[in-house]
Amino acid sequence: MAQFPPPIRNPEVKFTKLFINNEFVDSVSGKTFPTINPTNGQKICDVSEGDKADIDKAVESAKAAFKLGSPWRRMDASKRGALLYKVAQLMERDAQYLGSLETLDNGKPYMNAFGEMMFSANMLKYYAGSADKVGGKTIPVDGDYMCYTRHEPVGICGAVIPWNYPVCMFALKLAPALACGNVIIFKPAEQTPLTALYMAALCKEAGIPAGVVNVVNGYGPTAGAAITAHPEVDKIAFTGSTEVGQIILQASGATNIKRTTLELGGKSPNVVMDDADIDSAAAWSHEAVMTNMGQCCVAGSRTFVHEKIYDKFVAKSRELAQQRTCGDPYEMTTKNGPQVDKEQYSKILELIDAGKKEGARVECGGEAAGGDGFFIKPTVFSGVQDNMRIAKEEIFGPVQQIFKFSSLDEVIERANATHYGLGAAIFTSNIDTAMMFVQGVRAGTVWVNCYNPPCYQAPFGGFKMSGLGREMGEYNLSQYQEIKTVMIKIPQKNS
Amino acid sequence: KAAQDAFRLGSPWRRMDASERGVLLNKLADLIERDRVYITSLETLDNGKPYHVAFNADLNLVIKCYRYYAGWADKIEGKTVPVAGDFFAYTRREPVGVCGQIIPWNFPLLMQAWKLGPALACGNVVVMKVAEQTPLTALYIAHLAREAGFPPGVINIIPGYGPTAGGAIASHMDVDKLAFTGSTEVGQIVAQAAAQSNLKRVTLELGGKSPNIVLADADMEQAVETSHFALYFNQGQCCCAGSRTFVEEKIYDEFVERSAERAKKRTVGNPFDLTNEQGPQVDQEQTDKIMSYIKSGKEQGAKLVAGGNKMGDKGYFIEPTVFADVKDEMKIAQEEIFGPVQTILKFKDMDELIERCHKTIYGLAAAVQTKDLEKALHLSNTLRAGTVWVNCFDVFDASMPFGGYKMSGNGRELGEYGLEAYSEVKSVVIKIPQKNS
Repeated sequence: MAQFPPPIRNPEVKFTKLFINNEFVDSVSGKTFPTINPTNGQKICDVSEGDKADIDKAVESAKAAFKLGSPWRRMDASKRGALLYKVAQLMERDAQYLGSLETLDNGKPYMNAFGEMMFSANMLKYYAGSADKVGGKTIPVDGDYMCYTRHEPVGICGAVIPWNYPVCMFALKLAPALACGNVIIFKPAEQTPLTALYMAALCKEAGIPAGVVNVVNGYGPTAGAAITAHPEVDKIAFTGSTEVGQIILQASGATNIKRTTLELGGKSPNVVMDDADIDSAAAWSHEAVMTNMGQCCVAGSRTFVHEKIYDKFVAKSRELAQQRTCGDPYEMTTKNGPQVDKEQYSKILELIDAGKKEGARVECGGEAAGGDGFFIKPTVFSGVQDNMRIAKEEIFGPVQQIFKFSSLDEVIERANATHYGLGAAIFTSNIDTAMMFVQGVRAGTVWVNCYNPPCYQAPFGGFKMSGLGREMGEYNLSQYQEIKTVMIKIPQKNS
Repeated sequence: KAAQDAFRLGSPWRRMDASERGVLLNKLADLIERDRVYITSLETLDNGKPYHVAFNADLNLVIKCYRYYAGWADKIEGKTVPVAGDFFAYTRREPVGVCGQIIPWNFPLLMQAWKLGPALACGNVVVMKVAEQTPLTALYIAHLAREAGFPPGVINIIPGYGPTAGGAIASHMDVDKLAFTGSTEVGQIVAQAAAQSNLKRVTLELGGKSPNIVLADADMEQAVETSHFALYFNQGQCCCAGSRTFVEEKIYDEFVERSAERAKKRTVGNPFDLTNEQGPQVDQEQTDKIMSYIKSGKEQGAKLVAGGNKMGDKGYFIEPTVFADVKDEMKIAQEEIFGPVQTILKFKDMDELIERCHKTIYGLAAAVQTKDLEKALHLSNTLRAGTVWVNCFDVFDASMPFGGYKMSGNGRELGEYGLEAYSEVKSVVIKIPQKNS
């Protein structure tokens, strides 16, 4: 593990207002809302609460920044890239503080938070490099015409981002949007409003012109709905639950046909064949579902294990879960921090209860960890049946479901028997098995002999109800562009 | 050997994340920015180009080139391909391997950046022979590359002469690819050596005699200035110099008069003096060659309207020179002078013009000065030249490909296209039990 600086245990909150037009301002209503530290259930501070009036202001600011002839519109694409690169460097400079703030507001172990700051900075650098490489084409059309395409920015982007990876999600929307020349308004999750404001300050420090980046904290049904209904927001990027994704997509259609990309939930199948390296598979499978306290859209939350190695695998998984230390997320030894808030905590416990009631076997955990904060013990269920609630519903907690299977064809069918389709994995040493599974499973990303190693060059997104469109990599860029075709009559076309 | 060792399977360079290669290239750019004043001064000392031009133009493009290719490093992608049959097929874009790069003296730092940027982004290793006239700045860049953290053996720089060091690279059995920028004559020599030895992949950036067309409807003042810049930039030592200025008959006389006036006003002298537009030519050999072309111009009947002489007896300074009434068959209209000698030719008819533009072994660049939409597009799309400028000249960007038609070269540098020469495509086909779409 790379060396990194120790956490700042009580990082000072520097920004609590809304960020509009490169200024921190109170909300129009003057209202605020509290943000809670999930490690102890205590309020950290109050932050400004935005609503429709603030979204309207942000849109005006974004419009001005996007006006034809504006500094942002006239800026060299390579310069946009240079600005993104600068933001990345500022993140690296402040990673210790930013990571500590993330842990304070979200509860994730500082070790992971710090790593995510560096990952997000690298992702910004990736898209910094894309900025001047996203042009159109010239095309040999029929007739005496010269034809070319322009890849223009789509315009004003609304980004409604979740609480599970606040900084990563901010970077993930910021980078491709700005690389392609757009302007953006963020509505961060109400559970974790703080790091987005600090990121906004870094954007200003880097030199990004006023109005290009705006942050309006608030709630979904108010601020969130205001963005999705605003007739001048051209595009929406949403990451969150499938239920809210459906609401947002409907709003896009009902208003001005906003181009919409969605990253939603999952119940990703993770298949362990009898010829897998069991120790390695068990370790990867454990992280697959436990990382980030299980609060990961692509968690490997259905672990299908071949009957031949089932008992051995269950024993290993139980051991790993029992060793997964709960505690203060600022401690380097802690792997499992609190869940993000009371609502999530209650929902997870309810589903654990359902698992027990429906007859799954609790190998370990299965209850709250006690004390202040929203801690739940890493839990392993074995003997899970496909029709149980814990087999079908997204738990979003540190709860592993282990199923038994006997053949590849059978497990591919069971893996696909869900309306989700975000991720999938297979552990095997056989090339044919790997190839067949990769083809057969309907999932946006398929891992072979690993699970979710972080890499931003590869596209990520869902089949079916896990989402619409792809993020990361080159594929993401087209979603932040609008194609314009230009046809010019010329006297005589020659090849 | 050093390069091969750095490229062996499992080496730090081969195992490095592509994104990390990008980080190193950006770091190199940072260091060049840090030492920009020193590096520029060294370039001016060794090459003679005015300091303010080197600082604002050359160094600006150098830094941007490294940053541009830094951004490509982790975006060099292959494809998965739906082939017929029960197979899974994909392509990998692998580094070519050991790249021999021979660069010229006219833009030492920039030519180095154009070569190193794409080569390193794609994961290759480099053996670079720098021009004997201007070896200094390349060595300083190598020193910065080491500071940036490039592993040993990835970048190797050898100052030396063409027939010896250059020839050794061109015929080396373990150099996988050769990139050469220089004269057409030497380009032909190295291409032959490459073929005769191990068929190394070859790209060439050679000479030119690029036509710059001024139509009657052009803004006269702008056209004169642009055409002046097109020829005189970098003391006329540009492969893509606008060295045949074709002017429409209607405005010919006025254009010649204004061009001569402009040439006479061009300030020439010590390149460290910030008021000078033009410095010395790079060496005695070039100076002698240019003076002999001026002599030939006079002898063959072209009309000398400005300059024509050497300046002073120290260094290699030549007066900005203008010839009018130039005919296509004259030597000064056919051969690359590579000096501050503008040749202005008259034309009447568009079709005749295009034919005359094409009557050359070269095809590197061209330009059109006009306000007319149809003529601009017609000429741009018709002229057989690697780059066509409209109402401008010598506009470069790391993202736009540059290279020659015909004997001006082979292949393209810069832009995404610039990456092709630096990757080798591998196809992988895996049998699978049952292919599904």
